Parts: sequence; C-alpha cells; structure tokens
Amino acid sequence: MNIRLNGEPAQTAAQTLHELLEGLGYDEDARIATAVNGDFVPASRRAECKLNGNDEIEILAPRQGG
Amino acid sequence: MLSFYGRKVDSRLLMGTSMYPSPDILQKAVRASRAQIVTVSLRRESASRQSGQGFWKLIRELDVHILPNTAGCKSVREAVTTAQMARELFETPWIKLEVIANDDTLQPDLFGLVEAARILAADGFEVFPYTTEDLGAAERLLEAGCKVLMPWGAPIGSARGLNNPYALKTLRAWFPDIPLVVDAGIGAPSHAAKALEMGCDAVLLNTAIAKAADPVKMARAFAGAIEAGRQAFEAGVLEPRDMASPSTPVAGTPFFRLD
Repeated sequence: MNIRLNGEPAQTAAQTLHELLEGLGYDEDARIATAVNGDFVPASRRAECKLNGNDEIEILAPRQGG
Repeated sequence: MLSFYGRKVDSRLLMGTSMYPSPDILQKAVRASRAQIVTVSLRRESASRQSGQGFWKLIRELDVHILPNTAGCKSVREAVTTAQMARELFETPWIKLEVIANDDTLQPDLFGLVEAARILAADGFEVFPYTTEDLGAAERLLEAGCKVLMPWGAPIGSARGLNNPYALKTLRAWFPDIPLVVDAGIGAPSHAAKALEMGCDAVLLNTAIAKAADPVKMARAFAGAIEAGRQAFEAGVLEPRDMASPSTPVAGTPFFRLD
C-alpha cells in the first residue's frame, strides 16, 4: 500500500508500524520516536498500531538543536 | 543555587549543539563552556543512514542534562506531538517549547505557545517556553504551569544581543523567583554578561559559539563572561548617572581655593 514516510511517498507491505520499522532495519534498541498521522505512537504501541493506505508516518531521531 | 524544576545546576549557560564544525569540536566546546544543560532536537531520519544514533551516543558521553526542543513547529498540535516524541526519545520530561509564528523573525506564536504549554504541563511535562519579553504572555505561561521563562534577547541567530533590556528588567522585577533564561539573539560574551548583570538567571545560546572561528575558545569566553555578569549582579552594579562624580577625594585638593 502507499504511505508517506517522513514526507516522501513510499510503498510497504507491513501491516503494523512495528513491521514497517523492522523492514527498514531498525532493531529494538534503535533510538527513534514515531508518529502516525500527526499523533505520537509510543514504542510500546507500535506492534498494535495497524497501518492504512495513505498513512503519514514520521520516524524521528536525535539531532543537534539550539 | 540555580535550579530548573528541582534540578540544580552550577552553570548559568545552556548550550545549543547545532552547527558545530565537527562532533569533536562540539564535545570540546561543551566541556570548555562548563554548561550542564544542552539543547537537542528531533528530526526525520533516513533509515539507510541512521545518523541520529551516533549523535545520541555523543550526547550521552557528555553527561549533561538534555533539553529537547520543538524547533520549527508552527502549530500547537505539531509542538505537542514533537514534545511527546522527545520525552520518549530523550527520556526526560523537560521540553524547550517553541511554537514559531514567523519564518523571518522566528518569533514565538505567543497564543499557540500558551495553549501548548497548558496541554504539556497538564501531561506532566516540565516546560521551558521560548517566549518574547511580553509580560502578559509570561503571566499566562506561568498560569499554564510553566516554572521557567525563556524570553528572547533578539531573533534566533541574529547576534543582536538584548533588543529590549527595559522589558527584561520588568520581567525580572515582576517575577523575582522564576528562573529567567535569555534565549536567543546573544552574539557576544558582553551580551551574556549584560543579561546576567541585570539579574537574569542564565542564557541559552548556540550560534555565537558554534559559528565562532574557534568555538572552543568562544565557549570559554562565554563561561567567563557569564560568571563575571553573575558576580556583578550579586555584588550590586552601580546605577548610571548623568553627571560626573570625582573618585579621588576632593578634600585636600592641592592649589584649591574657594572662589
């Protein structure tokens, strides 16, 4: 299905956010935070977070900031 | 001693981590500045590069308090979601709350800021609001649950120093017990010293150190200026006066004659 991943069009067969992250190569210890359609999805809920077509997914990581 | 939400700090410098020539220089500059709080952000990460993981390791090695920001957020919803993500990512309830109103001035959207602060404080966040020098907004922020105020000195990255010292003085006088951090616009150590001399509790800056020709030396310069400014405030700075006042004793002036 078509999704938007960090603002870019993408395709995935993943059913859940957890599966999507696994497919992208993030392991359990990856220092990332996630949101779907503008709502925060805690790490503990990624496995139960079902993905739908056109979902907008954000995967954020630590970065320098002021 | 200065404390933010119950965490005591010796240093009155909060340091941004962005725009350094290299990670090594960043680490050295933070150490030279003696800062105990550094700001960080969250950004989209490319799955193939995963560059955030290395930055996380570097920050952990510094052994300082981490203050994540919501830089770039333009709506309450974006800021609240970003704050929630930051809390999980950096394992801290602290958030430097930015809700930006204007791309050119990067000035805070005070209405959105108060609304987001209220939501986050109710959710257990310890909010450091990036605000203007506006007294009414400051009152609303405190009422919303903030226990720190971070008024700008000047627009972010502008290096203009303290645009409105009068208003900062007013904030200081009105909120004597609230930690007051001048955030943004500081360009030179003298600007920071001035903020501390006026009784502001701390300064938060990034560009002035990171973009210096020698960031490590500039970090040291800021540490010295901030320490000097604070000591001057504690010692009591003279009020300016219009006319001269002789410092050498007048009594016994040689060749003096009463006309």
